[in-house]
Amino acid sequence: MMSDISLRASGAETAPQAQTQIKRRRTTLIGIGFILPFLIVYAAFLIWPVILGLRMSFFNWTISGAGATNFLGLANYQELLGDGAFWQSLGVTLLFTVISTPLLVIIALALALLVNRAIPAQGLFRTIFFAPFVMPVSVVALIWGWLYQPGFGLINGILTGLGLKEVGWLSDPGVALLSVVILTVWWTVGFNFLLYLAGMQQIPPELNEAASLDGAGAWARIRWVTIPLLSRTTSLILILQVIASLQVFNQAYLLMNAGDGPNFSTRSVVQYIYEEGFTGYRVGYASAMSYILFIIILLVSLGQFALLARQRRNA
Amino acid sequence: MAVLQSVEQPVEERQATSSVPRGSKIGNISALIVLIILAIIWIVPILWAIDTSLKPEGETTAIPISWFASHFTLAAFVSTLATSSLPIWYVNSFLTSAIISVVTVALASMAAFSFSRIPFRGRNVLFWIILAGIMIPGQILIVPLFTQMQALGLVDTYWSIILPQIASPIAVFIFKQYFDGIPYELEEAATMDGASLFRVYWQIWMPLARPAIAAVAIFAFVISWNNFLLPFIMISGNNTMTVPVGLATVQTSFGIRYAQIMASAILGGIPVLVVFLFFQRQIVQGFAATGLKG
Repeated sequence: MMSDISLRASGAETAPQAQTQIKRRRTTLIGIGFILPFLIVYAAFLIWPVILGLRMSFFNWTISGAGATNFLGLANYQELLGDGAFWQSLGVTLLFTVISTPLLVIIALALALLVNRAIPAQGLFRTIFFAPFVMPVSVVALIWGWLYQPGFGLINGILTGLGLKEVGWLSDPGVALLSVVILTVWWTVGFNFLLYLAGMQQIPPELNEAASLDGAGAWARIRWVTIPLLSRTTSLILILQVIASLQVFNQAYLLMNAGDGPNFSTRSVVQYIYEEGFTGYRVGYASAMSYILFIIILLVSLGQFALLARQRRNA
Repeated sequence: MAVLQSVEQPVEERQATSSVPRGSKIGNISALIVLIILAIIWIVPILWAIDTSLKPEGETTAIPISWFASHFTLAAFVSTLATSSLPIWYVNSFLTSAIISVVTVALASMAAFSFSRIPFRGRNVLFWIILAGIMIPGQILIVPLFTQMQALGLVDTYWSIILPQIASPIAVFIFKQYFDGIPYELEEAATMDGASLFRVYWQIWMPLARPAIAAVAIFAFVISWNNFLLPFIMISGNNTMTVPVGLATVQTSFGIRYAQIMASAILGGIPVLVVFLFFQRQIVQGFAATGLKG
């Protein structure tokens, strides 16, 4: 087999020299041929739904397919602008993002700084903090729905045991979203933690040694060596986190037992999309909403990517 | 904060031997104590769920709460397995995730091989078009995907779960990084025909890529096993449900039988936790790749 080709130790690309037009065309065909199976599925089930969704958003499309020819122009979008429930759900989504993102970044960084030291059982700690992330959301929601119960729930049980007042984790409109945030931190912070840990392992130890020879204490080394060198990791974590938080739905929906939370306090945009599309059967309207969210996510991530690119140029 | 400030120690006290460690002994001990407390907080929800699942049903809602019960029993597990469709959901989840995992590896590795090794025109553009797919947020596609599957007559079948999950741009990215990292070049790629190139891919590059295959396969398996929203909207029949979708129905079907609800949560979580403990390295690599080099 090895004689069929010759393997050559070289990192550089060999530009096909003096190739005939025919050869080049054949190479292109073969090259695309290898990609074609992926490309077909990618186009059919990732790109096409994006296009179909845009088209649906201009029609009075219902889940049965009726109204698929009833062109509305921008009427769905206009209706959205006047839909209080949409703005309310957007507010919930943004509030969730604003509260959860800093927590998920800072706690992840703190955990990684603690674990990345000369301590025993490093691997065990890594496993413990990351393990919840690999659990299905339904399992997580069932466990936390149980922990948050009034009276016999573990958390309220501990609070009353300490002589404190019970909290209506699932019933108080002012608290319910926070309950979703706490669940989310427990469930997903391990992912960011892992990225930070991987980032820290790429920092040459000499840098920290040099800093401490210069008299920098541990806190100063974290502040002036570790954190600046992790800025790229932080940017990436931020991008991924904001994108994920803006799409919050599963855990909130399940924790609130397929409901919207007290006073709709946990109904996110994706949940409103789901409700309009699959219980209100207005898939055209739901598509318009999906597109608005898509554009918000795209703008936010493009903005963050631009920041990241600038950082890289400066680095 | 207290920990971080307490570690200001003279230079001589630092352990300079290991490659990872930094900081003083006191700092390390303080870090360890904080970590132990945090680890306990992280584990308690799971322990409490296990504890509840082992209690007799009548004692789960006792006030004041207690970790103990008059006796511990597996009754909740037995009745969960007997009365719910969990065994069927396991089979559904396993079959769909296994198919998704295998096909994801096949499609992505072939595409990545081409991007990495066949010098055809336009490959960079094509690669960026595929990578751009990472930017498409999955949750926003549920409505058109459902309409599409409806048109294809695939709603409530395995296909509706499998098809949208097998073209993974991240998997292409992981394979391409891996292939690019192998310091050899196919000198004659340009002169070879498709069939022999396929043999080269299959008989040389794929065996070389075993670590990447393992990472992508296990990663894809876990992701699809845990996927909730897609099967949730596509699947309505109890016998086509996957574990996460089926578990979302137990709260209502079991009412307030918390021992049974926790037993089903534990049974639903165990397979991925076992996979995770066995293949931790590959899973961690897969997840890290989604963020590290992007």
